[in-house]
Amino acid sequence: MADPTKADEPQDAMPNVSDVEVAEVHSEEEAVAALDANVERGEPILQVRNLVKHFPLTQGIVIKRQIGAVKAVDGVSFDLHQGETLGIVGESGCGKSTVAKLLMSLETPTAGEVFYKGQDITRLSGRALKAVRRNIQMIFQDPYTSLNPRMTVGDIIGEPFDIHPEVAPKGDRRRKVKDLLDVVGLNPEYINRYPHQFSGGQRQRIGIARGLALNPEIIICDEPVSALDVSVQAQVINLMARLQDEFNLSYIFIAHDLSIVRHISDRVGVMYLGKMAEVGTDEQIYEYPTHPYTQALLSAVPVPDPEAREHRDRIILTGDVPSPANPPSGCRFRTRCWKAQDKCAQEEPLLAIPERFKGSDTPAAHESACHFAEVKDVVHAA
Amino acid sequence: MTIIDPTDAVPAQRPGDHDNTGPLLEVRDLHVEFQTREGVVKAVNGVNYTVDSGETLAVLGESGSGKSVTAQAIMGILDMPPARIPQGEIRFYGQDMLTMGAEERRKLRGARIAMIFQDALSSLNPVLSVGFQLGEMFRVHQGMSRKQAKAKSIELMDRVKIPAAAARVNDYPHQFSGGMRQRIMIAMALALEPDLIIADEPTTALDVTVQAQVMDLLAELQREYRMGLILITHDLGVVADVADKIAVMYAGRIVETAPVHELYKRPAHPYTRGLLDSIPRLDQKGQELYAIQGLPPNLLKVPQGCAFNPRCDKAQDICRTEFPPLVPVTEADGTELPGRASACHFWKETIHG
Repeated sequence: MADPTKADEPQDAMPNVSDVEVAEVHSEEEAVAALDANVERGEPILQVRNLVKHFPLTQGIVIKRQIGAVKAVDGVSFDLHQGETLGIVGESGCGKSTVAKLLMSLETPTAGEVFYKGQDITRLSGRALKAVRRNIQMIFQDPYTSLNPRMTVGDIIGEPFDIHPEVAPKGDRRRKVKDLLDVVGLNPEYINRYPHQFSGGQRQRIGIARGLALNPEIIICDEPVSALDVSVQAQVINLMARLQDEFNLSYIFIAHDLSIVRHISDRVGVMYLGKMAEVGTDEQIYEYPTHPYTQALLSAVPVPDPEAREHRDRIILTGDVPSPANPPSGCRFRTRCWKAQDKCAQEEPLLAIPERFKGSDTPAAHESACHFAEVKDVVHAA
Repeated sequence: MTIIDPTDAVPAQRPGDHDNTGPLLEVRDLHVEFQTREGVVKAVNGVNYTVDSGETLAVLGESGSGKSVTAQAIMGILDMPPARIPQGEIRFYGQDMLTMGAEERRKLRGARIAMIFQDALSSLNPVLSVGFQLGEMFRVHQGMSRKQAKAKSIELMDRVKIPAAAARVNDYPHQFSGGMRQRIMIAMALALEPDLIIADEPTTALDVTVQAQVMDLLAELQREYRMGLILITHDLGVVADVADKIAVMYAGRIVETAPVHELYKRPAHPYTRGLLDSIPRLDQKGQELYAIQGLPPNLLKVPQGCAFNPRCDKAQDICRTEFPPLVPVTEADGTELPGRASACHFWKETIHG
């Protein structure tokens, strides 16, 4: 497996230069080079700006009228740098999996942009989209349903090569698949076996091998270990960390297990009802959370240490997440927040560094969408 | 359906005034096996544990360790065949439930021993209202009328803190959120104020914030009624938060038992130690995680000797040939450690070294 940043890009990787900032570049090779240079200068490899996805709710059978929309993702922005892991956490229904689908261009966003190396992939189609997709791959949650039971492991891992034949010439594919099996710690002899002959952890390794097949730069992991046993989880997490170092991958790691997200992530975004509540480095989020939702989420995580149970200050939220079809006005968290005041119902807090921490050097100075942001350590025993 | 005479269905004695000094539930040398086409799967191989009133026993283990099968054997809801209980005793207030008649057992089930299942959505009947399903407990076990049962259901839903219980009693399961459904499951288990509740992964399908609500509720109700609780889970965090004592299972056997504080401080079995080391911590950013190598064993052919030996980094020749019994664990100077036991040939090295 080669370093994905190397110039093994296909020649048609960047045909659609007209609606990109680098429009003055004429030939396609130059365009690719310019985009790579941008990343090398420390610009993010993926920039997400005000991403919105509303699913329409309709009424009527013959004449369908739209009566509303499920606001699954409602204005999400973040950056992803090369070689970095961005963790996205949140409760079920907060829109984290929809974000993953939007980044993969499996859904068309209602509004907003996703820039991959400066190029807006939401507007791409056909050959251009196919070329970009080669570089953004996905690992799925459930290793039991994401592998076709009628295909052998060799066919499953080799399938990406059918879609992108330029990556591996026909005669070379079997060897490549065996290499991939070896990379993820499976015996290359297993190439002719079927998924049911493997355990959950091994299947997840097959899923990872398939994700790696095309030398992608970004891998989107949607709950990659939540279906696995505890002792196997650690094996898969370690494998993912090793592959990241080896291939300089960027991960978007979506999970609801906050401990695992902290372990693997460089930066963490906390989502609530389709919006980012707080974004920061793992230390900023876990040691100095300023958004009440983050604090509640962290304090609810059971810590495997019975000594801590008497000393920890737990915030137990009341009620459930409101429906994304009819989110509360102003701050979306206000219906469950213990700090909520009139201002929260009227004015929507923006995701920005809170006024009171601006300019200061403390770890509390990170983006948080709360009118009354303040630091509260909820992870450590008092 | 037979209506059981209410007078003998309502337990006359509560745990507090019971004259029997023995434990509430005692499982002795329980074996469960399944006949399959590939052979006999030995799911449970000699499990022993006891639960007292007001006590929480956590049974910890990975999938296939036999933790749920043990619980189903206690409840008497195993499908037999293919399951078979070749040996063992399950004593409830000293009385062996395995030798009881089916009718006698049915009176205990639900009324004295109740179970909370993992997946509330598939455990509730989607075509019956939750009020009807809750009321069934009172109608069947206590012979109440529909009207009385409904009033009781509303009371129960109030007790598990479902908002607007009176208005929601006629709603169907799909109209509730995951957390609320799990509350209904808890209400159903509590309906007849049982002495023992078995909760099989009660919060695994829930989000952390809801999980905290549900576990708090369960702990509160347990205190109120002084129930015994068997909590089956694979989540070491949840166990640390609620359990009094822990039994760790591996390949159908208990490999370690200990009071909760002791287990986390000084595990006496390499498997327990491996599990504790392999979980990332919220309050620490670790380096590489310790990973137990290999996979849980196939129950059709459990390894010779200690079942954990192929995955253990301390394994010696004796571990491959000789089966380690569950022996009491003591301090280095021989002082007894109450409630502690380990099934490892090298427990001394594991706990003290």
